[in-house]
Amino acid sequence: MRIELRGITKRFGSFTANDRIDLVVEPGEIHCLLGENGAGKSTLMNVIFGQLQPEEGEIVIDGETIKFANSGEAVRRGIGMVHQHFMLVPVFSVAENVVLGFEPTKSFDRLDRKKAADEIRRVSKEYGLEVNPDAVIEELPVGLQQRVEILKALSQDAELLILDEPTAVLTPQEIEALMAIMRSLAKAGKSILFITHKLKEVRAVGDVITVIRQGRVVGSVPPTTSEAELATMMVGRDVKLTVTKEAAAPGDEVLEIRDLVVRDDRGLAVVNGVTLNVRAGEIMALAGVQGNGQTELVEALAGMRRIESGTITVRGRDVTNNKPREMLDEGLGHIPEDRQRNGLVLSMSVADNLVLNTPRRAPFARRGTRNLDAVEQNARQQVKDFDIRTTSTRELVSSLSGGNQQKVIVARELSRPLAFLVASQPTRGLDVGSIEYVHRQIVNQRNEGLGVLIVSSELDEVFALGDRIAVMHEGRITGVVDATTSRETIGLMMAGASSQSAHD
Amino acid sequence: MTENMADVLAQADPGSPVERRSLWTRFSSKSPVVLALLALVLGFLIGALVIIFSTNTVLDAWRGIFSSWGAPGHALKVTFDNVGAAYRAMFTGSVFDPSQFWHSIATGKQWDNTLTPLSETLTYATPLIIASIAVGIAFQTGIFNIGANGQAIMGGIAGASIGSMINMPAIVHIPLTLAAGIVGGMVAGSIPGFLKAYTGAHEVIVTLMLNYVIAFFLVFVLLSTPFQLPGQSNDISRTMHSSAQLAPLFGAASGLRVSYGIFIAAAVVYFAWWFLERSSLGFDFRITGNNPNAARASGINARRVIVVVFLISGGLAGLAGVVQVSSTTHYVDGNFLIGSAGIGFTAITVALLGRNRPMGIVWGSLLFAALGVGGRNMQAATGIPLDLATIIQSVVVLFVATPVLVKEIFRLRSSSAQGIQLATKGWGS
Ligand SMILES: Nc1ncnc2c1ncn2[C@@H]1O[C@H](COP(=O)(O)OP(=O)(O)OP(=O)(O)O)[C@@H](O)[C@H]1O
Ligand SMILES: [Mg+2]
Repeated sequence: MRIELRGITKRFGSFTANDRIDLVVEPGEIHCLLGENGAGKSTLMNVIFGQLQPEEGEIVIDGETIKFANSGEAVRRGIGMVHQHFMLVPVFSVAENVVLGFEPTKSFDRLDRKKAADEIRRVSKEYGLEVNPDAVIEELPVGLQQRVEILKALSQDAELLILDEPTAVLTPQEIEALMAIMRSLAKAGKSILFITHKLKEVRAVGDVITVIRQGRVVGSVPPTTSEAELATMMVGRDVKLTVTKEAAAPGDEVLEIRDLVVRDDRGLAVVNGVTLNVRAGEIMALAGVQGNGQTELVEALAGMRRIESGTITVRGRDVTNNKPREMLDEGLGHIPEDRQRNGLVLSMSVADNLVLNTPRRAPFARRGTRNLDAVEQNARQQVKDFDIRTTSTRELVSSLSGGNQQKVIVARELSRPLAFLVASQPTRGLDVGSIEYVHRQIVNQRNEGLGVLIVSSELDEVFALGDRIAVMHEGRITGVVDATTSRETIGLMMAGASSQSAHD
Repeated sequence: MTENMADVLAQADPGSPVERRSLWTRFSSKSPVVLALLALVLGFLIGALVIIFSTNTVLDAWRGIFSSWGAPGHALKVTFDNVGAAYRAMFTGSVFDPSQFWHSIATGKQWDNTLTPLSETLTYATPLIIASIAVGIAFQTGIFNIGANGQAIMGGIAGASIGSMINMPAIVHIPLTLAAGIVGGMVAGSIPGFLKAYTGAHEVIVTLMLNYVIAFFLVFVLLSTPFQLPGQSNDISRTMHSSAQLAPLFGAASGLRVSYGIFIAAAVVYFAWWFLERSSLGFDFRITGNNPNAARASGINARRVIVVVFLISGGLAGLAGVVQVSSTTHYVDGNFLIGSAGIGFTAITVALLGRNRPMGIVWGSLLFAALGVGGRNMQAATGIPLDLATIIQSVVVLFVATPVLVKEIFRLRSSSAQGIQLATKGWGS
């Protein structure tokens, strides 16, 4: 499918999210879109997918001018889309979600569950994206939900596949697999629009890279363009792609986890005897393939999941099975893995979300009455410091771009006094410029004595931040090594080898 | 070149589909008031149809439409006369009667007659506002308090008891009576509150069932000696002492029933606004209502929120009950808030209509009260049953609850062919 955008303009009120965008995707082409958070990439994709109607401009598909009234029409025309924020029904099973809208039926229009499940098994085997068809979406970690979202789009045999940041929560292996799929689809003549903030990926898989800044096309470049050049095009200034970190000066232990056992929603002991400690002034990076118990470990640390046995100690005080409030009072900062589920209230304003877990602290409230001036002032400050792109602090968080939503959480957590920080994929969905800033902030706080636990499946982040690296596999820590350890060794440990055997 | 052409075209032609749609979207999304007003128009249109199909003279006129040349015109006239008379009676019965108004202006007399309809509307609206706020606050927290009616009954019983059984100066008696009503409602509200918080029982079922329990409890109480009006075998309570009553605003002699209760309603509206928009606890409530997972992660104690919501919501519902008693009947009988008088049930629809916002609820309550009061006048004047008012109320709520439907109806009317195409658009966004 050849798709051509001519002068697409999309406004939200007085704000112009897409400004006269021209773009062509040829059949068999993998076309990458790069751009800062809030540049208008997702908006443009939603316009193509018929979910938003542009104010101006036209979409031409194979020579024919098209107007989609809704996404159903786009799907029927052969367009598939993986959304940045998944469009899955939380209470439905994986199989039900994948076939939703194209349900295989038995007599009397009943859903043929078996056929649906078989279909999922077939597709997931074909593409190497394994997932249990019977699992319920809301019980799955985001990484697995992402696989489901991708499977759903793939199973529809689209001629044009739109992938909006599908790799933000995938593991390196999964990303490799996805890129292989993309290449083979392109070879078969399908067109692909691929959005990612990871420069390595666009260079590895893209045929053409188009950079968007503030709603406008800056230009299209070949994949041979260097990462530094791409970053500069995107942000409009030079970006340091790795933070320069001063050597850590670790102090006392702030967080000690001993023999921790935690069960998941199905009752399996997915954290199975974890022992780990984090000292003040150091960043401990917890690497591991998603689904090896990190999610549950972090939930236990945040007081959100019951601890079966073992202990958690903060600055010498036993905080095992504390409530979330008590953990916050102990000085826990928490950047949750699933921002929209646990980190934000989408239907509330940016300002309110920035004080979501400190609404009662001075100066935000006095004797039970909120001080909205202080809340507003704080919001202005954070929006400025963290470069949160929003038209106003009163704007609902739901209207922010994905990366800017993430910045709201990061800003909130890093701007209050903390004893230690537990951050799951803290830079998920952030552009290179913002990653630079957030990493700098985390390192600065660590320099001032904050103990940090970073949970990430992203090795780049693990190496960029970690002073020490712990690797988690099947509910256990397979080893704690220092940051000079090679990627290969860490990779082996993530696959289950102990640090000893991995070294050999 | 082509870009510019598109620009120019889009600007030059205000009737282009894109333009019109965005205007509409702005119109309706920015202003739920517009939506409510359109729903009201639809409600009256459907009400008119009901009048037509239930009035024999109108139907006869239409049956005879082929009998003579003048018949169709006659049929139309009969239709308009009947529908017009019904709605006129509704209006004059609930707002004011223009001729009566001019008479008062001209002569300076009979102001009581002129003001009676408004006074009645306000009298009915007062407890309804309070009860709807009770329901609305719970809704905003994501809790469905279907039990406001039972809680209001409990408030009424408690208030009537304190109001009738002890004797003291009004300055303490009135607050005490109101406080008793609040406590009565809180007691009733605490039951589903604790059950939900500590056993996970679903509040809809518990509150719904408690309404029945309390309705029977009412009769039981009214038949037991301390409460029952002495020398009576009916289920009727003692009358409140005048020191406990909420007096008519313009004095008993005016004949206007509207009481000091409207100040209580105003205070409740202000409290609700402050609570939801300004208080820390209200902030917790809204977080919980909008995203329970984020609420938990933010350290909000869900159990506490649930219990407190039910105490506040129940307390306000109880206040509605006691205001109802002490400003109108001054006693409680077996029919208190039973059946169509159940303001706690009406409150659910009013809260929905007002989108759980305090001011929205005020307008919704006034509308519902006016329809009820006016409907009674219509029944007396034209013989069309009061139920028509209920039908209009229900239709309005139905349309407000399904904005898409209203949009579609009004879009289809505005432009035929284009309208159909446009109608399918607004769904996604
Ligand atoms: N419904 C909306 N109402 C108002 N503004 C919106 C709405 N949707 C998006 N925006 C604004 O449009 C801009 C572009 O958002 P978009 O989601 O397209 O960014 P993006 O390029 O995908 O960014 P990210 O990399 O963070 O995902 C943002 O500034 C956002 O605040
Ligand atoms: Mg996006």
